[in-house]
Amino acid sequence: MISQIRKLGDQGLNVCNELGYSGIFLFRTLFHKPRLTKSFPLLIRQMYAIGVLSLPIILVSAVFIGMVVALQGFNILNKFSATEELGQMVALSVVRELGPVVSALLFAGRAGSALTAEIGLMKATEQLASMEMMGVDPMWRVISPRFWAGFYSLPLLVIIFCAIAIIGGYLVGVVWLGVDNGAFWNNMQASVDFRIDAINGVIKSIVFGFVVTWIAVFQGYACIPTAEGISRATTRTVVYSSLAVLGLDFVLTALMMGGW
Amino acid sequence: MNNSKWMETTVGVFILLAIASLLFLAFKASDFSRLDNKNSYVVSAEFDNIGALKPRAAVAVAGVKIGQVEAIKLDPQTYRAIVYLRISDRHENIPMDSSASILTAGLLGANYISISPGFENQYLGNGGQISDTHPALILEDMIGQLLFSMKNDKAAEADKDKGENT
Repeated sequence: MISQIRKLGDQGLNVCNELGYSGIFLFRTLFHKPRLTKSFPLLIRQMYAIGVLSLPIILVSAVFIGMVVALQGFNILNKFSATEELGQMVALSVVRELGPVVSALLFAGRAGSALTAEIGLMKATEQLASMEMMGVDPMWRVISPRFWAGFYSLPLLVIIFCAIAIIGGYLVGVVWLGVDNGAFWNNMQASVDFRIDAINGVIKSIVFGFVVTWIAVFQGYACIPTAEGISRATTRTVVYSSLAVLGLDFVLTALMMGGW
Repeated sequence: MNNSKWMETTVGVFILLAIASLLFLAFKASDFSRLDNKNSYVVSAEFDNIGALKPRAAVAVAGVKIGQVEAIKLDPQTYRAIVYLRISDRHENIPMDSSASILTAGLLGANYISISPGFENQYLGNGGQISDTHPALILEDMIGQLLFSMKNDKAAEADKDKGENT
């Protein structure tokens, strides 16, 4: 009985410890001596690895998500003979919710896990330690470019996702199911407010990008440097960032709907 | 070297793609050209009851949208709702004696404000007020009135029957 209580306290302390460690880690990632001319090429390289290479999965899933939302929406709206509102339904659901959330989940699976595995393997093969030996700060050389690249890439990916998903909805709704073209776009324009709906979606994606890359980079940096440790850290990255994205999505939506 | 050039190019294309998507969202998927202070003016109207009218609802003349609801406030003295309507400059010839009513688009649609133009030669300007207003029709109230009047009819009929029998 006593030992169980002790275990509980131990776990609580562990959680606090990890949170504090990740906070300090984030601080060290964000605030270091700026060396713009040298860190820019590193950033570009990571943008390529994280952003550009995530494009195919984002594009393909965006098309299919747009198409399936249009198909489902058409069948429901058809019951109320309101199929002209299909454009509004597709655009609002994609821009407000599906775009940021689905791309963040895909991003966590595609780029976040890769980041964790890469940094974890660097730690396991003592590359990070040898960098420190040579007087190169691994925070600046390895962690920071990856963090910023993920932070910048996700919002861009989300914007692309939204546009492509709307086009996917257009393909199914207008080209295949025969919703009137003008009504599709007109109703969409009348109901989607750029400064409210689209910008809120982008704000969500910025928050998600921050959280997902933070978790991915930290899990890689703090992993146990063995094969098993890396695999566990990679799993944790995907699980934690998915949970964080879904939880934060609710909180952010509640804030935005509340008219802050 | 060639490799890093290729990376830079693809990252550039990626960013351009994102900008193009943002423009698509701004101009094709949403109506970016919102009314602001420069190309519009605000008039107010007091209503007894605004029903389910919300900010950003449409303001229409003869069904043509000319603006939107800017804000809704409650007058603390009279307990009437003050609705501020932002109307596009293109439609600045709305007579002073126009009347505003709150209608519903379709059977279950959203509420909007319809302005019926009057005959005055003077036009509403910025800060003008529409004094002739018709409150929203509340479906529940109408059903209540209908039931009440049906009950009254029945009671009257019963009275009549009683009178004939005695």
